[in-house]
Amino acid sequence: MFNLLSKIEAAVPTPDRTGRPGQPGQLPVLTVALAGNPNSGKTTLFNLLTGGHQRVGNYGGVTVEIKEGRLRHAGRRIRVIDLPGTYSLAAFSQEEIVARDFILHQRPDVIVNVVDGTNLERNLYLTAQLRELGVPLVVALNMADEIRKKGQTVDRRALGRYLSAPVVPTVGTRNKGIKRLMEHILQTAAPPPAPPTITQIEPSSPPAAIHYGPEIEGELERITQCVEEQTAAAAASQAAGGPLPFLAETSPWWLALKLLENDRDVLEALSGHAAAGALLEQVESSRRRLAALYGEDPEILIAERRYGYVRGICQEVVRQTAEARMDMTVRIDRVLTNRLLGLPIFALLMYGTFWLVFAAGAIPLGWLESALGFITAKIDLLWPAGRAVWLHSLLADGVLSGVGNVVVFLPNLLFLFAAITLLEDTGYMARAAFLMDRLMKWMGLHGKSFIPMLTGFGCTVPAILATRVLDSRRDRLTTMLVLPLVSCSARLPIYALIIPAFFAPEHHATVMYAIYLIGILLAVVVARILRSTVFQGRPAPFVMELPPYRIPTSRAVLLHTWQRCRMYLRKAGTIILALSIVMWFLTHFPTLTPAQQEYYPPVERQQAQAAHSYAGRIGRALEPVFRPLGFDWKINTALLGAFAAKEVFVAQMAIVYAVQDDSLPAVSTAPAAPAEGRISMDPLRRHLQAEYTPLIGFCVMLFCLIATPCMATVAVTRREGGWRWALLQFWGLTAAAYLLTAAVYQVGSLLQIGTS
Amino acid sequence: MAESMSLDELSPGHRARIVGIRGNSPFKKRLLEMGLVKGETIVKIKLAPLADPAEYLIKGYHVSLRRQEARDILLEPLG
Repeated sequence: MFNLLSKIEAAVPTPDRTGRPGQPGQLPVLTVALAGNPNSGKTTLFNLLTGGHQRVGNYGGVTVEIKEGRLRHAGRRIRVIDLPGTYSLAAFSQEEIVARDFILHQRPDVIVNVVDGTNLERNLYLTAQLRELGVPLVVALNMADEIRKKGQTVDRRALGRYLSAPVVPTVGTRNKGIKRLMEHILQTAAPPPAPPTITQIEPSSPPAAIHYGPEIEGELERITQCVEEQTAAAAASQAAGGPLPFLAETSPWWLALKLLENDRDVLEALSGHAAAGALLEQVESSRRRLAALYGEDPEILIAERRYGYVRGICQEVVRQTAEARMDMTVRIDRVLTNRLLGLPIFALLMYGTFWLVFAAGAIPLGWLESALGFITAKIDLLWPAGRAVWLHSLLADGVLSGVGNVVVFLPNLLFLFAAITLLEDTGYMARAAFLMDRLMKWMGLHGKSFIPMLTGFGCTVPAILATRVLDSRRDRLTTMLVLPLVSCSARLPIYALIIPAFFAPEHHATVMYAIYLIGILLAVVVARILRSTVFQGRPAPFVMELPPYRIPTSRAVLLHTWQRCRMYLRKAGTIILALSIVMWFLTHFPTLTPAQQEYYPPVERQQAQAAHSYAGRIGRALEPVFRPLGFDWKINTALLGAFAAKEVFVAQMAIVYAVQDDSLPAVSTAPAAPAEGRISMDPLRRHLQAEYTPLIGFCVMLFCLIATPCMATVAVTRREGGWRWALLQFWGLTAAAYLLTAAVYQVGSLLQIGTS
Repeated sequence: MAESMSLDELSPGHRARIVGIRGNSPFKKRLLEMGLVKGETIVKIKLAPLADPAEYLIKGYHVSLRRQEARDILLEPLG
């Protein structure tokens, strides 16, 4: 190995594969991709290899994440990619397409296939496919310690011979085998694999010894030949549309195999190519022949044979040497998914999570709020009086209160993310989906949608991030789109302001309960509508692995929690900062001229300023639009603020009615100030009682429940799902809110319910 | 006499051998890739508290399948 390395070091530096020029005297950056089944311990190995030096990026505009980390080993710079966990490379799910595309198009120097040794057969199915791709492969036989516990041994030398790849036993959770894995990665990478070019096409031999039987192999050969002929034809006549897709990356044999398997992605890439006609004709006739012969589609036959090959390997390399100990997971599940105990325990765990997030999280939240108040007060105090008043106001009322009020929720989210990470990393999340699937199916959703829904009662933003646990994009988008209907905690201050103003104390709880219930029912209805219109079609089969329970390492939990929090903070620092400034501008400009200020008595000055501002003008301009709902310009202005963050509605109403606590300096008319504290609620409620009817009060709550998810929600939906869906969510929900609220107001007015 | 039945009819705690999967190719392939291969032995572990889905053991790992999917998986009972 030393010789090989020094030989490369002596070589002239060349640009690396990623296109960045290598620095003089340095070896090019080595790209290593980790591939493997979900729950194979891939991410643990990734964390071990890269430490904390990693970043999460979305790949190619789709929602699937690819994590990337960097390290140095033996003087080489190495870039490690954590591909999404997949069971196959069949281009069936988003994850599979991303993983396969990365392997094919980015051409990593080495693929490390992380294999769960306790579940060798299913894991090797993916390995077989990686072998077929003909990529440089190192197999990490992970969970080597648990294989022993199952009373088994795996002959890794024999396994390595069958797979023609080095097999390194590892225990990710105990940091074992990583050094050897690294050595094998460097060894495998040492001879740079020359991508097969059109001139050096190998004869049609499969790269691994998977025997598909003479019939299938005969057809494969025919298609391969056709591929080669078409390639030669394309090379001869320049006009024929260039080389066939995928051939720059892999062999004609692989292309033939994928065509025979009716691979959607490969077919799509081929469509429109000059050679497609002749090639597809051959593929069609081969598929027909095999289907007639076996009474089964070729892709099914191929998958079966591939499993047959894998099963053969397992029979050779796995030995049961001792009696397996009673499976811990089965014992735990006797309680946790018990027919009687399962649901109560689930409810208790969820209650515990929520207690942690909202009750325990409230304590550090208080600290942060005080800190924020302290900073604001300090700025008020130290700001030279009368100098650059607008800048002071922008800092205090725009930036600090806007961004600050998002950042103060960080402790709650920290607890929430930690809880979700724990539930995921232990394996309980799959059980939660198992328990709740029947209920979620009724909404046209998947058991795994339950966790985001529940999170949504806290805050919609982390809930949308939590939809990442869903595999199918349709499930994910449906869940994302209905999530704002689950009434988040930021809407609570609105209900808390309005309900006591209009309803008798004995009805408070009922009204509150009704609002939440309306939200849930609407979520069900909307999900079902979406499922039967935009996202119709047979739902993806609910085939979900229930992985063994594992004790996560504290390091992994901390790391995953931190990664999620960092994303939230980044959002607060960018989009929320920008929108806070916009909202501040709208509510503070244009200012009244000194003459106008003189004209209004001091108590009316603030309302006059609010009416005079852009937000106030927009509110007034919207009056004709919102009249059918019973809203006046003041409510409209506050609704505009509610788009920044739902709780801003209350603060905005307070500004409009100028019920500011007199002891505070006039400049801190913080639009996003917490509902308690600065604003005393009772005078505001008296104003509301005087001006509006209980019916209007109810309509405001209804509208706030359904309409216009807050800007953070829109931003995160755009990030996770794309503009199209963010806009559908925004306008769809707003339209629904408008129609429903108008209907309630009109019917209510007609029947004179709550009109006095 | 081996009588054919579908996976949703299997009672919890019992085992059977898979003899085939009905349905279109993508669906079948998905199940195949998760290890539900012809000739494989499958054990029904338990039903979820709300009677659907159910937990199965196949190829040494646990998997959850809805009744709807289980209906398309054909079995031959084992003694």
